[in-house]
Amino acid sequence: MNAAERADVGDSRWLMWLVNGGLVIMAVLSLAPLAWMVSVSLMPAGQANTVPPPLMPGEPTLQAYRELFQRMGMGRYFLNSVLVSSSVTLVSLLLNAMAGYAFAKLRFAGRERLFRLLLAALVVPTQVAMLPLFLLMRELGLVNSLAAVVIPALASVFGIFLVRQYARSIPDELIEAARLDGAGELRIFFTIILPLLKPILATLAVFTYMAVWNDFMWPLIVLTDQENYTLPVALASLAREYAMDIEMMMAGAVVTVLPVLLMFVLLQRYYIQGLLLGSLKG
Amino acid sequence: MRMTGWVFVAPALMVLGIFFLLPVLAALALSLTDFDLYALADIRNLRFVALGNYLDLLRTPMFWKALGNTSYFVLVGVPLSIAVSLGAALLLNAPVARWRWLFRTAMFAPVVTTLVAVAVIWRYLFHTDYGLVNWALGGIGLGPVDWFGDVNWAMPTIIMFAVWKNFGYNMIILLAGLQAIPRDLYEAARIDGASQWQQFRYITLPQLGPVVLVVAVITVSSYFQLFAEPYVMTRGDPLQSTVSVLYFMFEEGFKWWTLGRASAVAFVLFLVILVATSLLIWLGRKRDAI
Repeated sequence: MNAAERADVGDSRWLMWLVNGGLVIMAVLSLAPLAWMVSVSLMPAGQANTVPPPLMPGEPTLQAYRELFQRMGMGRYFLNSVLVSSSVTLVSLLLNAMAGYAFAKLRFAGRERLFRLLLAALVVPTQVAMLPLFLLMRELGLVNSLAAVVIPALASVFGIFLVRQYARSIPDELIEAARLDGAGELRIFFTIILPLLKPILATLAVFTYMAVWNDFMWPLIVLTDQENYTLPVALASLAREYAMDIEMMMAGAVVTVLPVLLMFVLLQRYYIQGLLLGSLKG
Repeated sequence: MRMTGWVFVAPALMVLGIFFLLPVLAALALSLTDFDLYALADIRNLRFVALGNYLDLLRTPMFWKALGNTSYFVLVGVPLSIAVSLGAALLLNAPVARWRWLFRTAMFAPVVTTLVAVAVIWRYLFHTDYGLVNWALGGIGLGPVDWFGDVNWAMPTIIMFAVWKNFGYNMIILLAGLQAIPRDLYEAARIDGASQWQQFRYITLPQLGPVVLVVAVITVSSYFQLFAEPYVMTRGDPLQSTVSVLYFMFEEGFKWWTLGRASAVAFVLFLVILVATSLLIWLGRKRDAI
């Protein structure tokens, strides 16, 4: 080994430490607040308001969680969030799949123009629609109901776009053959197309569920009574009322964050795929 | 056959038409009226004011303040977020990087968390008396800083929060962009004796250009929609230094019920986002042309 090669090896070892050291620091900074959240949520009331701030609970207790579910009605909020996210995901998956498939594979007058219009709608921030949407919900008598959160989310341009891109790869011959066999259009969709769309639907399902679970501004506007709050709205309201009850607030954050975090860790393959497909739209 | 297509798109179109397109058009109409609490009680109190709301906004100091705060958040937050994302993506893409899957998952975790919940966490981490951050700073002889109470620190703290929460998202997109750069470009450069830095400057950055542009457009338009962070962490304080445009719209619309004015705010924000992103795209194209 000559001097230059030895310098190269030294260089790359140094680089390896630098790169992996950097990654470790960034990963720790990313996770530390979440780890701290879990740790504080297991402390007995009042322990977190001491100096120096304790990192670990002396004796872990579920006191904060008990308080949250028994006195603050967290179970109700959790149920609301599950209900809203599940129903939006189920129905929007079907509607987006149908529309996306039609835009990709069925010929009809005005198809391309309509699709371009939908894509153009993506540039409009959703908040622009919220004020009249509130008035509309008021007319329909839906203000302060979970339906007001669910209904506007039952279809999405992003979802339609995602399904369309994927459905374009389905061979036309497959659909033609089924038609020749005398299968109706609905039957073709449900027995042939839907199974083929499974991968993209899985991606879309994970994406939708998480987005609805985390949604804040619209539920905050349209849900006025506590009993109908979803988790983020409930947590924001608790944070205003019980600001100094740190252990309980952290337990609330755990209950809110843990389901989506688990879902992500288990299904991240689908989530990342959707993110990359979605960013192409820009 | 021609009808089938329409039958398939009809349900989705109905939802989008009634609950998005229609409200957007209605918002435009609403912004030209003086819709307020009185009109909410009895629609006959509604008056057409043409561009009155918009002209009125231009004379409202609070609106300018909100626009200024939001611009501050965007101008500092977006470059910082993209820089951190790019750094993380470069580290993950380095040939010597280990346990990529694990690091990627860890750095992406904040993205999927619920904004309200993690904003609550940050409120305590940056608490003046009991927060870990001030305690750690105290350890090296700094502070304590009144993060959320000091006019000069409140917005920077929110920006730090946004960078932490969001950098993983762009990191994934940039990482995909890095992986798409043909390897032979680097081979050729190495044979020509290009240093690591030269390779980064003359191959990685130009090749990544279009992806950075996409990332910048997405980030700018989402950062202009700042709302939940100030709502949970500061309520717009101190001295309204963290009131964002959407926070202002929310208060106008759902606290004071001046829905006409609030709609005008929404459209001004829409316009600002449109101009900012178009400008970015134009700049990006121009650089490509050179």
